[in-house]
Amino acid sequence: MIANKKPSFLSGLLHNQLLIPIAALLLLTVFNLIVDPSFFKITLGTNSDGNPVLSGYLITIIDYGSELAILAIGMTLVTAASGGQDISVGAGIAIAGSVLLRVLCGTESRPETLQTPVFVAFIICCLCAMIAGAFNGALVAFFRIQPMVATLILFTAGRSIAAWVNNNELPIISEKSFTYYGGYLPGIPIPTPFFIALLCFAVTWAVLKFTNLGLYVQAVGINEKTSRLNGLNPELIKFAVYILLGVCVAVCGLIKVSRLSTINYSVIAKDIEMDAILAVALGGNALSGGKFNMGASILGAYVIQFLTTTLYKFDVQSDALSAYKAVVVILLVVMSAPVFREKISSLFRRLRAGSAAA
Amino acid sequence: MQKDSVLELRGIFKSFPGVKALQNVDFTLRKGEIHALMGENGAGKSTLIKVLTGVYSKDAGDIYIKKDNREEKVVFHSPQEAQRAGISTVYQEISLCPNLSVAENIFIGRAEGKFISWKKMNADAQMLLNSLGINVKATQQLASCSIAVQQMVAIARAVDMECSVLILDEPTSSLDESEVEKLFGLMRQLRDRGVGIIFVTHFLDQVYEVCDKITILRDSKLVGEYTCEELPRVQLVSKMLGKELDDMADIKNDAESYQGRPSAPVYEATNLCSTEGIQPFNFYIRKGEVNGFTGLLGSGRSESVRAIFGADKVTSGSVKVNGIPVKITKPLEAMKQGIAYLPEDRKRDGIIGDLSVKDNIILALQVKTGFFKPFSKAKATKFAKKYIDMLDIKTASVDTPIKSLSGGNQQKVILGRWLLTEPTYLILDEPTRGIDVGTKVDIQKLVLKLASEGMSVTFISSETDEMLRTCSRLLVMRDRKLVGELTGDDLNQTTVMNTIAGGARE
Amino acid sequence: MKLKKMLGIILTAAMCTSMLAACGDTGSTSTGSTGDSKPASNGKSDLIRVGIINNDPNESGYRTANVNDLKATFTEANGYDAQFSYSLKNDEQISYAQKYIQDEVDYLLLSAADTAGWDGVLQDAKAAGVKVILFDRTIDASEDLYEASIVSDMAKEGKTAVDWLKSQNLDKYQVIHLQGVMGSAAQKGRSAALTEAAEADSSKWEIVTEQTAEWNAEKAQQIVQSAIDAGKEFNVIYAENDDMAKGAVAALDKANIAHGVGKDVIVMGFDCNKWALEELKAGNWNYDGQCNPFQSSYITDIIKKLEAGEKLSEKTIIMDEKGFDAATITQEDVDKYGI
Repeated sequence: MIANKKPSFLSGLLHNQLLIPIAALLLLTVFNLIVDPSFFKITLGTNSDGNPVLSGYLITIIDYGSELAILAIGMTLVTAASGGQDISVGAGIAIAGSVLLRVLCGTESRPETLQTPVFVAFIICCLCAMIAGAFNGALVAFFRIQPMVATLILFTAGRSIAAWVNNNELPIISEKSFTYYGGYLPGIPIPTPFFIALLCFAVTWAVLKFTNLGLYVQAVGINEKTSRLNGLNPELIKFAVYILLGVCVAVCGLIKVSRLSTINYSVIAKDIEMDAILAVALGGNALSGGKFNMGASILGAYVIQFLTTTLYKFDVQSDALSAYKAVVVILLVVMSAPVFREKISSLFRRLRAGSAAA
Repeated sequence: MQKDSVLELRGIFKSFPGVKALQNVDFTLRKGEIHALMGENGAGKSTLIKVLTGVYSKDAGDIYIKKDNREEKVVFHSPQEAQRAGISTVYQEISLCPNLSVAENIFIGRAEGKFISWKKMNADAQMLLNSLGINVKATQQLASCSIAVQQMVAIARAVDMECSVLILDEPTSSLDESEVEKLFGLMRQLRDRGVGIIFVTHFLDQVYEVCDKITILRDSKLVGEYTCEELPRVQLVSKMLGKELDDMADIKNDAESYQGRPSAPVYEATNLCSTEGIQPFNFYIRKGEVNGFTGLLGSGRSESVRAIFGADKVTSGSVKVNGIPVKITKPLEAMKQGIAYLPEDRKRDGIIGDLSVKDNIILALQVKTGFFKPFSKAKATKFAKKYIDMLDIKTASVDTPIKSLSGGNQQKVILGRWLLTEPTYLILDEPTRGIDVGTKVDIQKLVLKLASEGMSVTFISSETDEMLRTCSRLLVMRDRKLVGELTGDDLNQTTVMNTIAGGARE
Repeated sequence: MKLKKMLGIILTAAMCTSMLAACGDTGSTSTGSTGDSKPASNGKSDLIRVGIINNDPNESGYRTANVNDLKATFTEANGYDAQFSYSLKNDEQISYAQKYIQDEVDYLLLSAADTAGWDGVLQDAKAAGVKVILFDRTIDASEDLYEASIVSDMAKEGKTAVDWLKSQNLDKYQVIHLQGVMGSAAQKGRSAALTEAAEADSSKWEIVTEQTAEWNAEKAQQIVQSAIDAGKEFNVIYAENDDMAKGAVAALDKANIAHGVGKDVIVMGFDCNKWALEELKAGNWNYDGQCNPFQSSYITDIIKKLEAGEKLSEKTIIMDEKGFDAATITQEDVDKYGI
């Protein structure tokens, strides 16, 4: 028996997961529109290779936000299934990037031509990132270590490993075609990372649509015992999502390394794990696991880049960026607290009751 | 206020958005009495308790307490205020600190002065425990005590705070029979000291065993207050349900209708054993048969069916399904053999709280179907709606999270989940626990209907009369060992009790 | 029980971490120096015995070059019996120092991780007759406790760079200033010179953007990208290290802004990484300031003087540091000074 009660539009909106990222996006948009509408200007020019490129803040956002959005996909799954976050993704990107360069460069550190096709190198880098993910996943799934604690290991050691992969040398790729992945493809004025991100979204959408990954991950994240009794293998699922995150890390590694054609082990993708986690939280997903909304996470990632770009525009010192993000985190935490939502709901109820009475 | 009463509630009203939870409810508790508060789920028992202890504020009505022979009208804004006025509550989920000692748990949060004398505290605690006949060392860590003892420690803590009113909210649901006895002993002792006890429970037997008075609520209204002697069991149930009850008789007739139709076993196990400490046992069930495991809590009934389903790690034994040897070591394998298992602890093992009713219903079939074959949204909704209608599940929509449903409806969703997999053998472990009487009857009827359609069902319940009504064969367990099998004329309370206790049959 | 299990897991995890970290180290440093494996007592009497405490070679390209330079100099062939220890932690460095004092080395060479906390152990060294020479980093301790301190003068590096910039005689200087981690010695020294120049002649000089990119190429790229997106006009990138200059150049390339010798934007970096000097030589960058990691020749000079019984003229020795101009740099410079 289903009670035929349609939830009101307002309360429906209030409980929609996309509410927070969309509200944040609107807030930032309105703020920029008021302060300086030229923020939204996009111009077409050519880059130093003579390729047409679009430029402007919005392009910058979809460009730099892409790595974060790709990471957010994996981080969302990991969060949902294991109720914790992987804080080693930054170090993982360093490893993936280092492996990629090592394979591309072969034995020299500064080859004139690529020693291996990029595709092959990417496959190998992907495998390494998946192994790193499997290491984290095994600790979390089979040894039942807190995700943050388990991934602390690679968080600490990852950058050393990355340096070791290349004997602490600094490989530099001079091949022009390698810059395509983090820059522009010839003739296409939109940054490639955005297309890579779109491809990742499409794959993720297809996986969620044509497999039961979403249902399984959520079931395991909410109630492991029940999942087991319904024929699922919670350990395997948790293990698998960490490997999937490894794939996302490898893709980010490719983009990051391609941007500069080189790597700095100690600072590449620094603090990106915090932004990725923030993206998941901004998407309204519980960091304690369970239900997730992939679209909201991805939107959250771009909102964070929007915020970062806005802050850069206003010449906020980049070492103060994290302080601003902290403010966002505080707002998020408060807004997602049940107490707060209850208060807002009751406020709306009272308003409605008031208007009905009048 | 009456002369001997310690607590009176007059004309209590309370409503939540869209729901009138209490309408003009009166309640009186006298000195030295154990007073059962009965009603179906949603009748208003918990709301009444929460209004009384200050968790909720009431919309209208008055609360009077008697203190030092002076009556006083009170308004509590928090449980702490109620506690200070002498009203203590012990909830179903024990709210103590398991990592502290018993003594610390009794005295925590109310040390007077700045320094605690551990020696004195332990001695005082031990004295209190002894005086209440609780056999436990005050210095023991609480987590190392049994649930029953923990419950009694919680009561001891409440009692020590000089309460005149003690509220016990479903205290017995996780206790076995001997533990329940101990608890009742303690309750009687407190009653003799003059404490008024409000006892909320679903177990009818226990009401008649320990209570003096019964107050019944139905549909947020007061039905009436009765003494135990003037209200026979059937009357109690019919007052709770609000209708004359002849359903029970019908059930019995159904149960007899399929007896004596022997056929080949659907499922058969020899020397089955799991890591959960049960003795290896033999078991079979025929097509269309309803059998059951009975025994005290902790006797190994749940562990046995979990071994059948592969929920625990199976260590030995051979299994045949429809006469063909198969291997069942994990739930998925059991599911593929057409076995379904509704677990005992609904909250822990049954529901996926945040997921929708729809997802909860399709889960098992979905897993069985495979990772790469998800159902379309329309198909999933169709499945969900089918079982919502069939089992009369009360939910706002198919997308409502299951956790916002009442216990009985949650149980029906889980049942729907397993029925959707079209099992040949359905295992129900305590399907009727913690749900209202109406739903209990529904579920028992459904079991018999399914069996008459050819499904084999193993039914486990703590309430023996439920088992007697539904099962044609009872397997009795004692101390993690299968000790007997009862059929035909042996299916009566006395024989079952004797077998459980280890008297007549062995 | 549960606690024990947890503890076990944590310990295992910690061990794994240290093992992995150790793996990372051994690959790149291979402490196969003379003294490391040998007990000190086996050292031949005619060798000068030195204990060298340095920061982790993985810290930066600068440090790697520094470590390699020291290793190449303090060999048995050159008359030294040297032991090396690396740590980024002060307390670990102090315990290495204590060990060397016990081993009765002749000289203790120290690049301290932290400026504070060295008094005690250096007093022990003095009492034991071990001579202490500081390199690269200074410490907060009495000058009596060490023989000499060999350092880079970051302010001078900055001044050399800004003087070079002034000599370009631009009509207008519109500078994007990419700073290192705020408060570090290199940042303070290299920023001060530019700030001073800009304040002295505000009609000609304008700091368009001044931001810390924390030595990080990615951040530098974003900051410059933001300046470009905002349509700001600039003709100088003053980056306080090579990585940040590289990030800035990546952003310029994207926006098709010409940079390098004779182009629209002047690119300046510091540290003289080999790849940076190559960029310089190719004319993509204009200037790179040196931060000299090659202190070993200064150290051996001092040791020779001390062994000969001479007195040192000054406590603090500032190394010569060059600035390279793209117009004049040679392949020889790249090979010699590139790190």
